[in-house]
Amino acid sequence: MADPVTNLLSVAVQGAAAAAPLVHGSGPSHLVTNLTVFVLAVFVGYYVVWRVTPALHSPLMAVTNAISSVIVVGAIIATGVSALSLGSLAVSQVLGFVAVMLASVNIFGGFVITGRMLGKFKKKVKAAPAPAKKV
Amino acid sequence: MSPDLSSLLYLIASVCFIMALKGLSSPESARGGNLFGIVGMVIAVVTTLWLSHLGWPLVVTAMLVGGAIGTFISVRLQMTSLPQLIAAFHSLVGLAAVLVAGAALFKPEVFQIAEGSGIKVSSIVEMSVGTAIGAITFTGSIIAFAKLQGIMKGDPITFKGQHLLNLLLLLGIVALVAWFAMVGSADAIAAQKIFILVALASFILGFTLIIPIGGADMPVVISMLNSYSGWAACGIGFTLNNPLLIITGALVGSSGAILSYVMCKAMNRSLFNVILGGFGGGAAAASGPAAEKKPVKIGSAEDAAFILKNASSVVIVPGYGMAVAQAQHVVRELADTLKKEGVGVRYAIHPVAGRMPGHMNVLLAEANVPYEDVVELDEINRDFAQTDVAYIIGANDITNPSAKDDPKSPIFGMPVLDVEKAKTVFFVKRSMASGYAGIDNPLFYRDNTMMLLGDAKKVTEELVKAMSGGGH
Repeated sequence: MADPVTNLLSVAVQGAAAAAPLVHGSGPSHLVTNLTVFVLAVFVGYYVVWRVTPALHSPLMAVTNAISSVIVVGAIIATGVSALSLGSLAVSQVLGFVAVMLASVNIFGGFVITGRMLGKFKKKVKAAPAPAKKV
Repeated sequence: MSPDLSSLLYLIASVCFIMALKGLSSPESARGGNLFGIVGMVIAVVTTLWLSHLGWPLVVTAMLVGGAIGTFISVRLQMTSLPQLIAAFHSLVGLAAVLVAGAALFKPEVFQIAEGSGIKVSSIVEMSVGTAIGAITFTGSIIAFAKLQGIMKGDPITFKGQHLLNLLLLLGIVALVAWFAMVGSADAIAAQKIFILVALASFILGFTLIIPIGGADMPVVISMLNSYSGWAACGIGFTLNNPLLIITGALVGSSGAILSYVMCKAMNRSLFNVILGGFGGGAAAASGPAAEKKPVKIGSAEDAAFILKNASSVVIVPGYGMAVAQAQHVVRELADTLKKEGVGVRYAIHPVAGRMPGHMNVLLAEANVPYEDVVELDEINRDFAQTDVAYIIGANDITNPSAKDDPKSPIFGMPVLDVEKAKTVFFVKRSMASGYAGIDNPLFYRDNTMMLLGDAKKVTEELVKAMSGGGH
């Protein structure tokens, strides 16, 4: 798979990519680009999460839980492959199917619960308009 | 769809996820953030479905079934059970990671990790990392869930040689992965059995890792498992060469790690210390019989109502007890009654109050407490000296002044709320028992402390009644 995403991110670290052949193992360029993406993402995560207000730490957990279920992508690939040869493929598909289901529980559940939580955080109700509603 | 297009769509999804987290920097932008998350997920799923032209019915069925279950649970959930739910959800991510790794192993060609008759060594290592962390997340989260739900006692379960066992398991997993890599690079079929061993050993490690950790350390445990679920996704992302999974996993992983750090700091303990576990159990047993009877002032709702009415500023300090008694709504009623009397009311939140990060904030928000009234530890501590009444409901250790002045105390050094500086302290407690750390709270015996014994909800209800009944 050609990965413009990783390429895009790794422009800044061409030096590292150039050193790729030095890395031991069979898929060095993939490994290094993946590592590049990974390290940069950790930095992004670090700076973004420190800015999250402590009052919203519970929703943060719920939403990270939901998005970590993006692992469903791998599960879909496993489930969606053609059923040409049975045997090991069937195993792979069953595992994929269950994984899609589990991840979906999380995706839907996670976003719903986050939405519910966030819906509860309200600003102070202004004293003036409130009584007007009640008649 | 060309690989270029799908990769670009994945990039958009990744950016959406970053925006979802960024939105949480304030309550106003947070709802938009959640929307970003949903959009990102839709893009990711649709793109992937598009890529794999076959098997749509299966995938869609699985998503609908899972989605329905998830939505049903989340819609019906009581907010007080939030920590359990999050723990349960983490376990699912962990298991999903293990299953995806398994699927990749059984059909390496589909995931482009095959090489000859075996699998690429780098892929095996990445896959193993994803599997091991995923499996630990799975069983660890189940234990956390069981402890939070009350299926399992919250007390730490410790036994001799526990740490040695964990260490051996960890080394065993490393050895198995090495074996896996050696066999797997030549023969994918033989590797499948070793993979199952790696998963099994990691399942056991997750279990043994979390059982010694006590109920009140759950904020750290949940954050840690949150982090693990991210790293597991990362491991799978490396295996599949999928930048979306790597980016998302790294975001979640660092988020959980930061939360764990924040929680540990709020307890003045190292992450290592929490993971080793066993905190509280021994101390509780020791202080039990030795506790001598010191004079305590026990007040009635009427006494408390009188003092509260004459106060000009009140700070409410909620803890896990409030969650257990579901007292958050009554507490808000009390605050409303006080505000009508012209009393200033604020809420002081300790970072580890409750069973997960931000637990108290959500409960108070649920009870319609405006978030401007909810103040964090550092900010409120400056104001306690000018506070007339500190109303402590279901909290104990986070107010214990021993943390500041008794070097022998197990919680010494932990940042606490300086409630004792308030003119009067009300302690709503079920009984005179000590907190989770098993530490006596000297605050109980102070002259300016009044104990209001009973269920948090009932006591507060009586208080509200006494205030509105005897008023004007």
